[in-house]
Amino acid sequence: MNTVLLTLLAVVTVAVVRQRSLFGVVVLTIIYSFLMASVLIVLDAVDVAMTEASVGAGISTVILLATLHLIKTTEMRPVRPRLLPLFVAAGTGAVLVWGTLVLPPFGTSDAIIHQHVVPRYIADTIKETNVPNVVTSVLADYRGYDTLGETTVIFTAGMGVMLLLRRGRHRGSADREKTSK
Amino acid sequence: MSLNLILRVGTKLILPFILLFALYVQFHGDFGPGGGFQAGVITAGMVILVAITFGLEAAQRIAPRGLVERMVPIGVLIYAGTGVIGLLLGKNYLDYSVLAHEAAHGRELGIFLIETGVLVTVSGTMTSVFYAFVERGR
Repeated sequence: MNTVLLTLLAVVTVAVVRQRSLFGVVVLTIIYSFLMASVLIVLDAVDVAMTEASVGAGISTVILLATLHLIKTTEMRPVRPRLLPLFVAAGTGAVLVWGTLVLPPFGTSDAIIHQHVVPRYIADTIKETNVPNVVTSVLADYRGYDTLGETTVIFTAGMGVMLLLRRGRHRGSADREKTSK
Repeated sequence: MSLNLILRVGTKLILPFILLFALYVQFHGDFGPGGGFQAGVITAGMVILVAITFGLEAAQRIAPRGLVERMVPIGVLIYAGTGVIGLLLGKNYLDYSVLAHEAAHGRELGIFLIETGVLVTVSGTMTSVFYAFVERGR
């Protein structure tokens, strides 16, 4: 199951790189997001899978299509073959693979990350917060500061996009006031 | 035009269920997968579906731009304000145990409140970003 999903992910990634039509790229990224959501379900991370399916395949697609509406829809061919980016990408990938070699084996329950605060969270979540879903209680209670930061990030990002994309309505009305005076 | 008809009727049929599912994801997040973030995205998805099928004006009748843009900071204020209550009542910032007589109930209520804040900010942000892109394209 894992092998099939990861192979499909690799195939879709190569297809995204090879595809020149940006509309095709958007459609392929939808497929990528759904495959990624399936991988996360296999990993028992249902909350993250739900987020990946709704954000990755839903909202991002809509925003990418809206962007395509504003710009040209075909990627230009590179003027000359670029070997340096290829080497940088391959090197980064090699370092990442090298880094995974020292990680504990996949799915082990006695890995270091499961020994610190995780047992306490799992044991005490119902007693302390009345919330059976540990993901929710960790996100919203034990790690409330982090989620506050994430919400602020979304707020900041939204404000940034609005400032960049919205035409200056206030400036326009101020100009009109000036001309009317 | 017949395809349009199917789209319109299908969208109208599916809209209440999308909203219901968003509310389920929001309020059932304590027990199953989901929470404010996912519910906010699904709610924004509903508005975007209306905008794609019936046009931007129809979507902005349901979710006016002024409202969704105000929702972006309001959600952060709900979240941060819930934290301030703990500070005012003599505990740490974001300590929800003061919100009810029993600490566990207070923390449950606190989780509910901040998930509401996340829902408001996320759905407001996603919808206003979509509106910003669409209006730019006109």
